[in-house]
Amino acid sequence: MYFTLPIGKISAAAYVRLRMFKKILIANRGEIAVRIIAACREMGIATVAVYSDVDRAALHVRKSDEAYPIGPAPAAESYLRMEKILDVAKRSGAEAIHPGYGFLSENATFAQACADAGVKFIGPTPHSMEMMGSKTRARQEMEKAGVPVVPGTSRGLVSPEEGEEVAARIGYPVMLKAAAGGGGKGMRLVHTREEFRSALESARSEAHRSFGDSEVYIEKAIVNPRHIEMQVLADEQGDTVWLGERECSIQRRHQKVLEEAPSAIVDPDMRRRMGEVAVKVAQAASYTNAGTVEFLVDQQKNFYFLEMNTRLQVEHPVTELTTGFDLVHLQIRIAAGEKLPFTQSDVEMRGHAIECRIYAEDPDNNYFPSPGKITLLLDPSGPGIRRDSGMYEGWNVPLDYDPLLAKLIGYGTDREQAIMRLQRALGEYFAAGIKTNISLFQRILRDADFQEGKLDTGYLERFLAKGNAAVASRAPERGGEEKSEALETIAAIAAGMFAVLDPASPGSKNGDTCGPAAIPSNWKRKGRSEALR
Amino acid sequence: MFYEVIVNGKSHRLELEKAAAGWECRLNGQPVNIDAVITRGDVLSLLVDGHAYEIKREQTATDLHMWVGTTCFAVELRDPRSLRSRNKTGGDEKGPRKLLAAMPGRIVRLLVAENSEVEAGQGIVVVEAMKMQNEIKSPKKGIVKKISATPGAAVNPGDVLAIVE
Repeated sequence: MYFTLPIGKISAAAYVRLRMFKKILIANRGEIAVRIIAACREMGIATVAVYSDVDRAALHVRKSDEAYPIGPAPAAESYLRMEKILDVAKRSGAEAIHPGYGFLSENATFAQACADAGVKFIGPTPHSMEMMGSKTRARQEMEKAGVPVVPGTSRGLVSPEEGEEVAARIGYPVMLKAAAGGGGKGMRLVHTREEFRSALESARSEAHRSFGDSEVYIEKAIVNPRHIEMQVLADEQGDTVWLGERECSIQRRHQKVLEEAPSAIVDPDMRRRMGEVAVKVAQAASYTNAGTVEFLVDQQKNFYFLEMNTRLQVEHPVTELTTGFDLVHLQIRIAAGEKLPFTQSDVEMRGHAIECRIYAEDPDNNYFPSPGKITLLLDPSGPGIRRDSGMYEGWNVPLDYDPLLAKLIGYGTDREQAIMRLQRALGEYFAAGIKTNISLFQRILRDADFQEGKLDTGYLERFLAKGNAAVASRAPERGGEEKSEALETIAAIAAGMFAVLDPASPGSKNGDTCGPAAIPSNWKRKGRSEALR
Repeated sequence: MFYEVIVNGKSHRLELEKAAAGWECRLNGQPVNIDAVITRGDVLSLLVDGHAYEIKREQTATDLHMWVGTTCFAVELRDPRSLRSRNKTGGDEKGPRKLLAAMPGRIVRLLVAENSEVEAGQGIVVVEAMKMQNEIKSPKKGIVKKISATPGAAVNPGDVLAIVE
């Protein structure tokens, strides 16, 4: 595999540098593209960005060495267009493509197309992706490998009668799931036999509409489960390690909102057992590169294989902070053919990390997406704070993509300190012009159940229902009326001081009721002052 | 400077006068010991009796918001005497700057003569409109190159009153 050099002895590291990529294309956008570009730059690798028409001014384009347009705003016409992205890779001379998460990251056809084009796909092989892409096929393989799965069927239901029979055997409530599923689509919780047929019917039609595949299978529904996942890394020489768990139970509409490492309920023994199962899962799929094995954990701490995500996860930073490894560096090194530079016994979890996903969402409007121009952005930093961001002040958040703007991660020696640091940093984080869910995290971090680690996948829905009731009664926190009134006078004085100190800015025109165009625009003013020269 | 400030529907009378050092502030008739600086666009550092606040200003399509910490207040600022002609103070822009009339009115008097030195924010011309008098202030530190306003004359929005270089 290594070629012989005319000079005598040469270190392994030097071989490695000879084989390392010189240029990588990032087939993504937003904070993850920015994060991958940062890793490439650290490793001395040139970066190629791709962008849609509305992303010309996006941060990932600003940060990259080269950038090429790949089409109109809709992802189907740009970020999902394999041939356009491969064409850019060819033109720019990129040797590898990092797909990030979402978009083409779990698309086996794209991974194969990369291989056919002679471009290294930074991720697993198409074979592993296909095996894990179908939930029923993954279940079959895992049963074969002796991995615990939730009781149920490992193939699609042939008839409603068969389904009812299985449901009766494993016991209600049961969950119907689309084999090709993801993101909560084609999923139905069934409590009784009476509901079964109509639920199966609607799950099938939803699965067909969403994935073009109506295969639906059945699983025992685990009541108030936790969602805990295990990070794995595998090199192309056959070594696989686990890097500890992430607690991802705080979800909404099956989307994760807040993640942390380690989980409050996982002790070293359980961690090792989960890790070993995760490695077994990866090996059963001949898995390479970074991947995540998701588990459902019941109230007795039994864990069951749920699925494997064959990509870098959004929440990878909490693992990076608690293990000290840079997962993107390692992904690139593995893809370049390097062996894992450490063994399982070198992996140690230290401290505690919590990630908040900052979305452009309006908390006052049921967390509806809120695109628009960011007129002011104050970013937190300081001890124990990591911020992976794709936004900047003056940027127009487009309405065409996922509303994830940035991730704010707090790290501390223990969970309590991580929470304190995050609370501090969230208080410093401020974006004007768009709405964000920053206030949601401030509320979650204050919540007693959260602080005690009492979490399950139903936590957030219950929390929001509770919160809405509190907001409706407008119960102010500490200090009550008096405090709010005092702040009101501060707001009044501030408004006046802004007006006298910065009278030309837009804020101070509010309330003036004279005719239009009375204040010349900055352009006009600039034009006039320059014309006077 | 006198403002009527409406915060969350409640009206406050706010008086702000430039003093030798900083500003004199009266809120609803009561003196308040304040100090304020704009630390960057839309961020005000406000000290009230030694208590420090960072206030963020957000202008939406319809509302003006003041964020005090994490609490957001919708604010409406009414300035009965404003002629909206005040240009940016601070003299941060290079080159000559014009003083423009912001609304129809009549020149009452001139406060400085041509070729005199002025500070940023110093009054140059007094304009009266709707029975209110308003000082048009210099947008920058410099020399008044030209005064085109003559006392008693009527002015229209956009008319040049003076040029400061």
